[in-house]
Amino acid sequence: MAVRGTIVGIDSPEALERALRAAYYLADQGLATAAYLSLALGKPLLLEGAPGVGKTEAAKAIAAVLGRRLIRLQCYEGIDASAALYEWNYPRQMLAIRQAGEESIDIYGETFLIERPMLAVLRAPDAAVLLIDEIDRADQEFEAFLLEFLSDFQISIPERGTVRAAERPVVVLTSNRTRDLHEALRRRCVYHWIDYPTAEREARIVMMRASSVAEQTARAVVAAVGKLRREPLSKAPGIAEAVDWAEAATLLHRGGARWPDAFKRSIGVALKDEEDLHFIAPRLDALIAEAAA
Amino acid sequence: MNDERQLPRAARIFISFVALLRANGFAVAPEQTTAFLAAIELLGPRSLEHIRQAGLATLAPPPERRATYDRLFDIHFRGSEAIERAEGEDEETVRLQEEGRGEDEPPLADEANESGFAATRGEALVERRFAHDTTSDALRRLSREAPARLPRRRGHRRMRARRGPFADLRRTLRDSVRNDGEVLRLGQLKRRLRPRKMLLLIDVSGSMKARTEENMKLAHALLQAVHSAEVFTFGTRLTRVTRPLRLKRREQALTAAAHLVSDWDGGTRIGDALQAFLAVPRFGGYARGAAVIIISDGLERGDVSALRDAVAKLSRRAWRVSWLTPLATGPEFKPQTEALIAIQRFVDDLVDGGSSAAVVSHLLSLGRRAA
Repeated sequence: MAVRGTIVGIDSPEALERALRAAYYLADQGLATAAYLSLALGKPLLLEGAPGVGKTEAAKAIAAVLGRRLIRLQCYEGIDASAALYEWNYPRQMLAIRQAGEESIDIYGETFLIERPMLAVLRAPDAAVLLIDEIDRADQEFEAFLLEFLSDFQISIPERGTVRAAERPVVVLTSNRTRDLHEALRRRCVYHWIDYPTAEREARIVMMRASSVAEQTARAVVAAVGKLRREPLSKAPGIAEAVDWAEAATLLHRGGARWPDAFKRSIGVALKDEEDLHFIAPRLDALIAEAAA
Repeated sequence: MNDERQLPRAARIFISFVALLRANGFAVAPEQTTAFLAAIELLGPRSLEHIRQAGLATLAPPPERRATYDRLFDIHFRGSEAIERAEGEDEETVRLQEEGRGEDEPPLADEANESGFAATRGEALVERRFAHDTTSDALRRLSREAPARLPRRRGHRRMRARRGPFADLRRTLRDSVRNDGEVLRLGQLKRRLRPRKMLLLIDVSGSMKARTEENMKLAHALLQAVHSAEVFTFGTRLTRVTRPLRLKRREQALTAAAHLVSDWDGGTRIGDALQAFLAVPRFGGYARGAAVIIISDGLERGDVSALRDAVAKLSRRAWRVSWLTPLATGPEFKPQTEALIAIQRFVDDLVDGGSSAAVVSHLLSLGRRAA
């Protein structure tokens, strides 16, 4: 197996962890190890986890560490090659045929080719990171198609021939696990399940992401969010919600609201489901008081 | 074989770890083993923790079996003998919140709960064996007619059509090149039909005992017919049995499912079970836009309001909710139990679930409902 040479200055998971921290992303040891292995082995990185635990942010941070552009491919049901790979500019081709008249013309030239994310990455593997976001939303046909791309890193365009990547591009896939991915896809990737962080780490994440938030506020929010995650809610608050809640409460507090009240009034940014709010409402005061203590 | 490079001695322990994982039902491909070894080499390894994480990243054990992986790792590398057999309860099983603790004694599986009216909230964990028998006519009918008659919906992929709302520019251009750039005919596309997601929730409590086996066979037949179906069982626990029932051979599939489910013929807490189902985001997503089929007699001993709220929530997410109960025997059926009256206005169909034939004909009639 081709083991790629170490990336400049990053020769261990710990070094990658430090670099990610400099890019404002706090990774735990497991994630840093998986990301390091994926870079060093030249395999795609598959991140799974509940919504809002920072899967997409991880890809952004990796791109920032490598100093590369992030090319994002958002998956959805029915996504196909023309949205992921390339597409011909048909109206332009038709116009060109009309204008050419008697002269001969190459309608499959570069000017008529519309580059989509996967082709863009193949053409500049050393300058971009490909993020295939929420792969579980795509259908199985697309997943099968992806398998081929991820093992060979080449695309064949019938009219022009095969495009092959000069080196293995960095690819990050994310999934919310709304359905089970195909075993073959997991096999080809380096895998990491992102769990909710420990309270300690989450408080640091909140402070790093929202610089205006005081340490005490961050700790209180993280404690409250931790309690909420243990409740049977239909959508548990993720890290992003914790950051928003801390920021919102801080804003309200500056506007003159008292502390427990500021938390309570801004609960809407953490819980976004009417039934969840209704369910938690009777115990909300006690929960916040406990978390703030 | 002599030409091949001998595996270094130190690598053997890693290879045997992979073998141990395979023996315990983890699917590990050879290329993953190679990646595992390469990862260990890359990491140093400076500690056992490095090896454990290299394994997690490259051998990719599914998150719900993480506890089992960790236990096997400890056995293999730490050789620890004092491993408490922590009952690695898989994430696929959700134990319902214990509320009325000590209120009811778990019934003895056989006698105490023969009649549905003795539905209790307690737990009786038992293992169940299914008798083998031949496929009934109803199941054969399900497999035969499923592709054509199970519910479908319009998908987002497009296909060629004589008439359709979208222009097929690719085909039009190709045709026009053949005609010196003249567009003679505009190609058209339409949206392709796809099978709709189906979600089957089967009551396996004591009061449904007589029907459980038939229902599990039916679930197996359904999963073989449609790829996009999910099956759960509930009683005092909620268990996802989709994975074992995907196995092709029925006896094998049912045995695997029987091992996974531990609350056969026990108490009933339908409301709590459905609440638990909705509270796991991954499970709750299965209901979105799906044809939801609940097979249960609705003999709820717990709080009826929990059941009503859960069914109401389910009906807002689902395309259609069908409640199949053995109590409904005819078209003039009027629900008598408190639970069924409470949920009546949230379900689209409240029909007979007393025999496989009845269940199958309801499933096959779903395709005719307006999408």
